Formats: sequence, structure tokens, C-alpha cells
Amino acid sequence: MNIKRWLFTTNHKDIGTLYLILSGTMFFIGGMLAMLIRLELFHPGLQYFQPNTYNQMITIHGLLMIFGAIMPAFVGLANWMIPLMIGAPDMALPRLNNWSFWILPFAFSILLSTFFMAGEAPNFGWTMYAPLSTQFGPPSTDFLIVAIHLLGISSIMGAINIIATILNLRTPGMTLMKMPLFVWSWLITAFLLILAMPILAGVVTMMLFDRHFGTSFFTAAGGGDPVMFQHLFWFFGHPEVYIMILPGFGIISEIIPTFSRKKLFGYTFMVIAIASIAFLSFIVWAHHMFTTGINVYAQIVFMYTTMLIAVPTGIKVFNWVATMFRGSMTFETPMLFALAFVCLFTIGGFSGLMLAIVPADYQYQDTYFVVAHFHYVLVTGALFTIIAGVYYWLPKWTGHYYNETLGQWHFWLTAIAVNLTFFPMHFLGLAGMPRRIPDYALQFTAFNEIATIGAFILGAAQLIFLYNIIMTIRGGKHASAKVWESSHGLEWTVPSPAPHHTFQT
Amino acid sequence: MDQSHPIKRYFLPKPSYWPLLGSFGLFFTVIGIINIIHEHWYGHYFFMAGAILLAYMMFGWFSTVIHESMSGLHSKKMDKTYRWGMFWFIASEVAFFGIFFGALFYARNISVPALGGEIASKETHALLWPHFQALWPLLKNPNPTAYPGPSEVIPAWGIPALNTFILLSSALAVTFAHWGLQRNHRTQVNMGLIITILLGLTFLSFQAYEYTEAYTRLNLTLHSGIYGSTFFMLTGFHAAHVTIGLTMLTIILIRCLKGHFLPEHHFGFEAVSWYWHFVDVIWLFLFIFVYWL
Repeated sequence: MNIKRWLFTTNHKDIGTLYLILSGTMFFIGGMLAMLIRLELFHPGLQYFQPNTYNQMITIHGLLMIFGAIMPAFVGLANWMIPLMIGAPDMALPRLNNWSFWILPFAFSILLSTFFMAGEAPNFGWTMYAPLSTQFGPPSTDFLIVAIHLLGISSIMGAINIIATILNLRTPGMTLMKMPLFVWSWLITAFLLILAMPILAGVVTMMLFDRHFGTSFFTAAGGGDPVMFQHLFWFFGHPEVYIMILPGFGIISEIIPTFSRKKLFGYTFMVIAIASIAFLSFIVWAHHMFTTGINVYAQIVFMYTTMLIAVPTGIKVFNWVATMFRGSMTFETPMLFALAFVCLFTIGGFSGLMLAIVPADYQYQDTYFVVAHFHYVLVTGALFTIIAGVYYWLPKWTGHYYNETLGQWHFWLTAIAVNLTFFPMHFLGLAGMPRRIPDYALQFTAFNEIATIGAFILGAAQLIFLYNIIMTIRGGKHASAKVWESSHGLEWTVPSPAPHHTFQT
Repeated sequence: MDQSHPIKRYFLPKPSYWPLLGSFGLFFTVIGIINIIHEHWYGHYFFMAGAILLAYMMFGWFSTVIHESMSGLHSKKMDKTYRWGMFWFIASEVAFFGIFFGALFYARNISVPALGGEIASKETHALLWPHFQALWPLLKNPNPTAYPGPSEVIPAWGIPALNTFILLSSALAVTFAHWGLQRNHRTQVNMGLIITILLGLTFLSFQAYEYTEAYTRLNLTLHSGIYGSTFFMLTGFHAAHVTIGLTMLTIILIRCLKGHFLPEHHFGFEAVSWYWHFVDVIWLFLFIFVYWL
């Protein structure tokens, strides 16, 4: 294999593959950390790790899964599929595309190396709240800050590339309202990235200045405010949440019509719904901060704007179900993951609605209920859409079908284990178990044991996924251009595997 | 096939080592900066290595693109790609400044009044710093020993107003140069650019003078509480962007002197003028919200 091909590549398929490999690697490293966290929580009392080490693990687990696993996976899928779906010869700026990717391994090397630094890794959670990160953060916090700067540069360049590709390189006749929904969802996500990532960069810059140059952004003694950190952080953080789910919505909107053998129900409304979710994501940030003592009228406003998100999200869920209604459905692995996504993501959405209710949130804040909520939207939400997308497009990428039996095993083990892991956390949270603590009161033991067993099954099941992918790349039943019986769109008109340079203009 | 008759096909570049070189450059630069802050002796070496790599990468990468453009490889669509790219890059820069303005507005309207007991719960004020008065510009911080406040702040109607005038004139000058390019009056282009750069340099010199005054005479520093924090972050990042803009203008001037750019094909020039106008507009907001109101 020619190493230069991968280092210097300007081909969207190669770069997409690189993104997916990086994402898989980070997913397994982050997953290992999750296993260690669950191991510690299997029994009450400090078993294996000191609290500080535990806090480092949850911090790096969160950062890796968000910035290392989910986001690069979606960018990888965008790289592979958007040019194929819109008939573009490649991404609009191929060299910039290469740079967007090749910044990431450097950023994650910096991030992971913090474990081995004096004072060890950052230990204040992925949200980096001041003053934990400013006055009390270990020296490695500064390396985290620059790693985040690099991630931001990469994301912004990637987003610019995606926007330019979609707006400029569509094949003649493909108007905006004829684009596949995956392309639409990425167009809107790219705008979110361009507006949200600079904000994160700004916030961590203030952190760096508070730590070393005597500014007082987050220190009340100088007229600043630690709560300001939370405002600024969540002004980035909430759009970020939708950056991690909107492309997934797009993937599901591709898969469900294919396996229901029907056209997507309500295309226009799906587009409007994505756009409204994106808009709303900028005016809901304070729902993360109901217990910080912010103005009570502000809390009510943010409660209602947050609940408003249920409307476009409800439209989407309704339309997916309506697409399946009276469809002639089959249940290949991608469809199974898509169906599980619709059911389980809805649970995550409902617990989100519960958290949006101000007085109820006073009780739920910082408990395992929150952990259950965001794992339902990120694991059974974002991650399931990525897995579904990988199974769905793998034959197009490799020219081979994956092993369906292994796929089904992977699905059922994952679907059962994910509920074993995260559903008990709802109960734990409602009963008052706090998050980010390595130890807990005895009455929480049973549910924690179930969660840990579930987590280990969940982790092991992903090895089946990995094995299945590797075997599919190496061989397997040959896939036709259409791959699926009822697949629809430009990407299914080109041979499988898609030729290195697919379209000319 | 030349610049005035570009190809119809969308140009796809060959594999390139510039991006990876850029990644190494970025990596060493940021690692260097943090190690300088941590006072490790090797910090400067890392930083220098990174900065040199980055400069070399930019020179090489841009030269390649310019060469491709001059040999007619850039179709109409490519031109549009660059337009979208530059536009959304500037949008991301606006968001970056936006968050610092957000910090300023938050400090003025929420954190300082709350500490002074004017809004939110009275207990914060009564229990933490009962003698603290919420005023803006904030000359006396809640804890004046930890954060000694400035004796006074830079008045808007001195150097800042003059700088506003200078920067606005430079925007006119760059537009004047652009008109010249459209009509292929090369002297007008070069003169316009030289005037723009000189005005930009004047702006930066005044800004440097103002910073020296602030540090030496007014005790207005990064350390003088939230006023100094927001003041220097906003004006500092703006000055950094002016410096980037000036660098780009200088490169464009060199290219103009070499006879680059055609009246109908000169996006490199336009991109820089867009950037310069962006820097200009940000300054107007700075003048209004940081210095004036």
C-alpha cells in the first residue's frame, strides 16, 4: 500500500475513508474509557480508580466521543456521499479537504497525550466549566485548549468546503429542493459549524487568558462571572448538539424510504423541520443552566423555546413513520438500526422534554437522568444513524455486501445492550444519583450492575461490527450498482465500488 | 488556454503535500505557544519551527494556486467556489468576534450590575463585596487588591475617533484601487493599494501608541478587571486581524506590481478587499461599543 496516497490525497473518497478510520479509532478508545468508567461503577465504593483519575476518564471520554467519534464520522460520510449524491466531480476544494482531515490526528495526539503529562489529564468534564478549568485546571488544560483550536480550524474549513460543494457543484437540473435529504441536512449542519465553532474557539481563548494573562472574564473579583462561561459555552454547545444529530436525520431519511419501498413522506416539511431545528438551536442555550440562578423569566422563555424544538422534531418522526406506513418493508441491518433509531431517539427526545421543564429540571440537574438522556440521543441517536449509514453505503464503497447474519447479530446485541446500559440510568437519576462521581450510595447498586453488564455487551458487540467491516472490505458477495432493491438517487447509478473519479463536469 | 480563456471543466488538483506540512506547522506552533507559557526552554524552538513551516506552507500553497489560476485552470465555477469559501470564512470570523462582544455585553448588563446589587439577588452584593459600585467604565473592581482597576480609560473622541476616520478612508482607498483594476488603470490600482497599506500602518501605530499609554500611564491592562479584559481582547484581536489584512494587501500589491490580475479575473484581489472591509466594519462596532457608549 502506498502511504503517500493517504497522506497527500485530494480525493473525496480517500479522505472520507480516512475520516471514518479516525472516527472508528477514537470510538474504540473512547469506548475503552467508557468500559473503565462502568467497571468502576459496577460496585459502590472506590474499586479501581482514584476520583481524580475517574474524572479524567469521563472528561476525555466525552471529548473523544463528541469531537473524535461522532463529528468525524459524519464528515467522513459527507465526504464519501455528497459528491456522489449531487453528481460532483469531487469536493469543491480538494486540498483544503485534505488539510481539514490531517489536522485531526495532530489534535487528538495532543488531547490523548494529556494523560501522560505532569498533573495528568483535564478532569473537569467535557464542558470545561470555570473556575474548575481556569483556577483549578491542571497544566494540561492548556494543551486541551489548543487541541480544541485545531479541531475548530478543521471543522470550519470542512464546513466551508461542504457548503461550496453543495451550492456550486450540483449536477445540472438538481435544484436545491431536489437534493437528497442527507445533502440538505449537511448543508444546514455546515452553517451551524461555521457559526458555532468560532464561538468555542473564543471561549477557550478566554479560558487561556484567564489562566495565564490575568484577565477576569470568569472571575467575579474582577467584574466577570463564572456563569458567563456557561452562557458562552452553551451558546456553542447547543448548536453543537444539533451538529451531531442533523446529518443523522439525513441518513435515516435516505434509509427508511429504500427499505419501505416508498418515497419519503413530506420532503418539503423535512427540509423546513431541519432548518427550524437549526435556527432554534441558537435560542435555547440557557436550558443547560436552570439551576445557576439566572433570571426566572429568562428560565421560562428558555423553557418554551426548548419545548418548541419538539414540534419540528415531531414532524420528522411522524414523517418517518408515515413513510413506512403501508410500505412493503424489509428488515436488513441498516433498516433495523434506522427503526431502532426512530424508537430510541424518541425516548431521548421525551426525556429532553422532561429536562426542559424548569421546576422538574431543578430535581434532574446533574443526576444520572441527564446522562441517560444524552446517551439516548447520542448513542441510540447519532451513533445508530452512523452505523446504519455505514451498513447502508458499505456495498457502494467496497463493492461487496457485508455479512447479513453478522449484521443482525450486531444489531440485536447492540439494541438490547444499549437499553440495558442506559435505561436504568433514568431510574438512578430520578432516585437522585449524581453524575461525575466514582462512588455511590448502596441503594443504587442493582441498577448500576445492570448498566455495567449492558455496557460490556455493548462494547463487545461493536467488535462484531469491526470484524464485519474488515471482512467486507476484503471480499464478499459482489454488489450491483443499485445495491438495494428500491434504492433511489444518483449514487446508486454508478458502479459498486464507485470509481475513484466518479463524475466529470 | 490562458487566464482570459479558462477551461470549462472544474479543475481538480493533484495530490499535494502542502496540507500535511501545514498540519505539522500548526502542531508545532500551538505546542510551542503552550510550552512558552509553561516556561519550558524548548517552547520558542517549537514555536519558531512551526511558524516557519506555516509561512513556507502558505507561500508554497498560494504560489501553486496563483500559478494554476494564471495558466487558466480556474473555470467560472471555481471562481464561485472561492467566493463562497471566502464569504463563509469571513462569516466564521464574525462569529468569533461576536462571542467577545457577547462577553462585553454580558459584563456590562449582567455581571457588573449583579455584583453591584442592581439586578438579581441582593445577597450576592451584600455578602461578597458590599462596597462595590456598578459603574461602566469599571474603574474600581469588586476586589481591587487582586484586580487593581484602571485610573481612567481611553476616551472615544481622541485617537479612536481618528483611527475610525483612518480606517474608513483606507476602505475608500481599497475600493478606489478596485475601480482602477476594473478599468485596467494599473497606476490607480498600485496607488490605491499603497495608500490603503499606509493608512493601515498608521492605524496600527496609533493603536500601539494607545496600548503603551494604557499600560504605562492609565494602568489599563489585561489584569485590570473586566474592562481591561474585554478592551484588550476585542481591540487586540482586531489589531491582529488588521495585521493579517495588511500582510495580504502587501502580497496583493506585489502581485499587482508584477502585472498579475485581469479586469475580469481577479478574485484574489477581491477576497483581500472583502477581508479589509470586514476588518473595517468590526472596527465600527468596536468604536461604538468599546470606546464610545
